[in-house]
Amino acid sequence: MDTQAMDAKMGAGGSAKPFEGEGIIRVDNLNLYAGKTHILKNVNIEIPKNKLTVILGPSGCGKTTLLKCMNRLTDLTPDIKVSGNIYIRDQHTGELPVFGAKTDIVALRRKMGLLSQRPFPLPMNIYNNIAYGLKLRGKYTRAELNDLVEYYLRQVNLWEEVKDRLRSPAVRLSIGQQQRLCLARGLAVNPDIILADEPTSALDPVSSEAIEKQFAALSKDFTLVMVTHVLRQARRIADYVIFMYLGEVIEMRPAQEFFEDPREEQTKKYLSGAFN
Amino acid sequence: MNISNHRRTRDRVITVLTYLAMTFVLLLPFALFIGLAAKSELLFRDNSLGQLLFSSQWRPSSGEFGFKPFIVGSLYVTLIAMLISAPICFLSAIHITQYAPRKAAKIVVTAIDILAGIPSVVYGVWGMVFVVPWLGRIAASLGIQSNGYSILAGGVVLSIMVIPFILNILMEIYRTIPKELTEVSLSLGATRWETIRDVLNRKALPGILAAFGFGFARAFGETMAVLMVVGNVVMIPSGLFDPGYPLPALIANSFGELGSIPEIESALMFAALILLVVVLVFNATLRWLIIRVEKY
Repeated sequence: MDTQAMDAKMGAGGSAKPFEGEGIIRVDNLNLYAGKTHILKNVNIEIPKNKLTVILGPSGCGKTTLLKCMNRLTDLTPDIKVSGNIYIRDQHTGELPVFGAKTDIVALRRKMGLLSQRPFPLPMNIYNNIAYGLKLRGKYTRAELNDLVEYYLRQVNLWEEVKDRLRSPAVRLSIGQQQRLCLARGLAVNPDIILADEPTSALDPVSSEAIEKQFAALSKDFTLVMVTHVLRQARRIADYVIFMYLGEVIEMRPAQEFFEDPREEQTKKYLSGAFN
Repeated sequence: MNISNHRRTRDRVITVLTYLAMTFVLLLPFALFIGLAAKSELLFRDNSLGQLLFSSQWRPSSGEFGFKPFIVGSLYVTLIAMLISAPICFLSAIHITQYAPRKAAKIVVTAIDILAGIPSVVYGVWGMVFVVPWLGRIAASLGIQSNGYSILAGGVVLSIMVIPFILNILMEIYRTIPKELTEVSLSLGATRWETIRDVLNRKALPGILAAFGFGFARAFGETMAVLMVVGNVVMIPSGLFDPGYPLPALIANSFGELGSIPEIESALMFAALILLVVVLVFNATLRWLIIRVEKY
């Protein structure tokens, strides 16, 4: 085995950190079974802080499951067994285990915003979609709430479009606007991390571009982890790429290296379009 | 005739058939209403509508037909049944769909289906043998004169009958809420209960209203089981342990006299008409309400 292949194996199975700087999420030997199906196999990765990391791979490779492990949404699915762990790094408390008897799940989830494939606005008006998370976060006066709602709507460039109809149901917005509202809603709980599960797959090209631009801008202050199977999208916005195939991490590299000089056979095949 | 003509004809025939079937269904409530109204007409010769609805004098032999005791009896029994069953259905629907492990939920759902399939006369017998004596003892211990045959007994038996009915609809409603909505709320740092209270219940509200509405309509018209335990005394109940005489019981107990005395026959038709109108008005109001809350 040549040294390159060995390095890649380390990236996949060992604990080598494939980037400079600070990591924020560390996945340690994670295995996940749904019933008897082995969905995640010995996943060892580290995700860099304040960068945009893309989890790439064909449909059914376990990338969404991996994402949902990070904030324990896997708890909602019965018959799931997990071994190994994920650690979230925090300046104050050190490493927080995601799977642990003492883990405060509510506090853990609050560290992470979530953007799903299709927008799911809460059954409330536009204003309350943002205010809901704020009210869970702390006590605010009406005036403070108004300011914060405006602030977060501005952050996703939605304010001008909705400022005159804040009290109308969020479901009346276009789907692109809904997705930006959902992003604002996630930002409003002041997370460190934003998890996004193919956030543009239901959107038209213009709305997709708007979300991608948002993501690029947000990655200065937030850690973004985005699942996608769209190669071009990953190429456009990723800082780091984790490539998964059949439940295993095949390769984790800075985006440019990953696309220009893939190491693993499966990666090369995927990049050349052999799986899609 | 070529094949395409043949197919076109068949298409037209099916269109007409489906249209006729739909029209028939649409006409049914009108036919019922008109038939009952026409048959009740005789009653209006000697009694005004106000007298019929709001008088408590029930003396068929002297031509006095005040339906108030029956209307009030029906409303009381239904109200008691809804007060008992609504919270039970609401909470257990939430538990079964949101908290219970899949296997436990399956067992409960089977139990509910069994409950739903039991004939109402069985509930009535069960009520006579267990609920009535039990309520009689409670009344005695409270110093109330009652043999247990009461609107409370009717309400209790009725509540058990409508629980599977309402619960089935409620569970279906909670199941159709996309899982992602729960995920979103949890990911914002809400607890499971906050998610249910603020997000799922809000989303389910139109369905919840509909479920309780259907439950009400069903309870209001339920005849056999209630008739067997409610006492069937023509009076306006002034307490839970007083007997009552709901409208469906009146019809069921007196239908033997149909065809003998025209006035009584007309009175029974009018009783049926009241049942029909109450249920229709209630459903219409509910529909209006559902549309108003159905904006999310």
